[in-house]
Amino acid sequence: MAGMHALANPARFQRFSARALPWSAGLTAILLLVGLYMAFFVAPPDYQQKETVRIMFVHVPAAWWSMAGYAFLAGLGAALLVWKHPLAALMARAAAPVGAAFAATCLITGSFWGRPMWGTWWVWDARLTSMLVLFFLFLGHIALSRAFDSPERGDKAAAILALVGVINLPIIKFSVDWWNTLHQPASVMKLGGTTIHSSILIPLLVMAVAFFMLFVTLVLMRTETEIGRRRLEMAALAAE
Amino acid sequence: MSGFFAMGGYAAYVWPAYAAALIALGGVTLMSLFARARVRRELRARGLDRRGAKS
Repeated sequence: MAGMHALANPARFQRFSARALPWSAGLTAILLLVGLYMAFFVAPPDYQQKETVRIMFVHVPAAWWSMAGYAFLAGLGAALLVWKHPLAALMARAAAPVGAAFAATCLITGSFWGRPMWGTWWVWDARLTSMLVLFFLFLGHIALSRAFDSPERGDKAAAILALVGVINLPIIKFSVDWWNTLHQPASVMKLGGTTIHSSILIPLLVMAVAFFMLFVTLVLMRTETEIGRRRLEMAALAAE
Repeated sequence: MSGFFAMGGYAAYVWPAYAAALIALGGVTLMSLFARARVRRELRARGLDRRGAKS
């Protein structure tokens, strides 16, 4: 009976997700195609960074949505711990691996960008290290959520980690202002407006929306899977 | 066209960066699709696939 109640919300989610997924998946594909075309054929090479600037069109959106994805994960943690929202834990399980993939994308593309521009694949400075910490926070969330026999305990432990880790987000954002770093400071999201020319800014924004839609699509799809998985577990328990 | 792929001499950095992004993001997409297919199959096998079926 308690199980039936917990599924009330997830059932509504399944109906919403079934309708939304084809649209979000289709939009992701179209935006990625348009964004990649613009990134390679519309955007000019940078006067200083030459063709390496094209790495930015995946690097920066991956950075933005891994950070926003982490904030989402922390919000889900609060929704679980404070309001005991039945869907929050399942959505957090769905979102953490997606966030990890985005953070990994940011780190690896950044490395391929840093090598020709800075002369090094990696430095242990504030921006790069705090971004690596974000990647490990996602991995830690995945590991903690699976570390207990009871999935509920794992959900709670992972939610606490997600909330504590929020402190890392302002560190990433302001690391380029607070410490000396090889990483260039913000040029899109800064006070006084962007300093990027529209020929580069528009492709970047298209890719950013494409990555956002990819994040949404994957989280919707994976939440469906987690709901199904929880139902299988409950059926197995009931059969015992 | 060969000029395009040469990326102004930076091909060794631009293309691996895009390949890495494809592997990471394509990988998590494929894993998500496989996991969904597997769970759907198991739900069907247990007769739990229809909405409103007993949980």
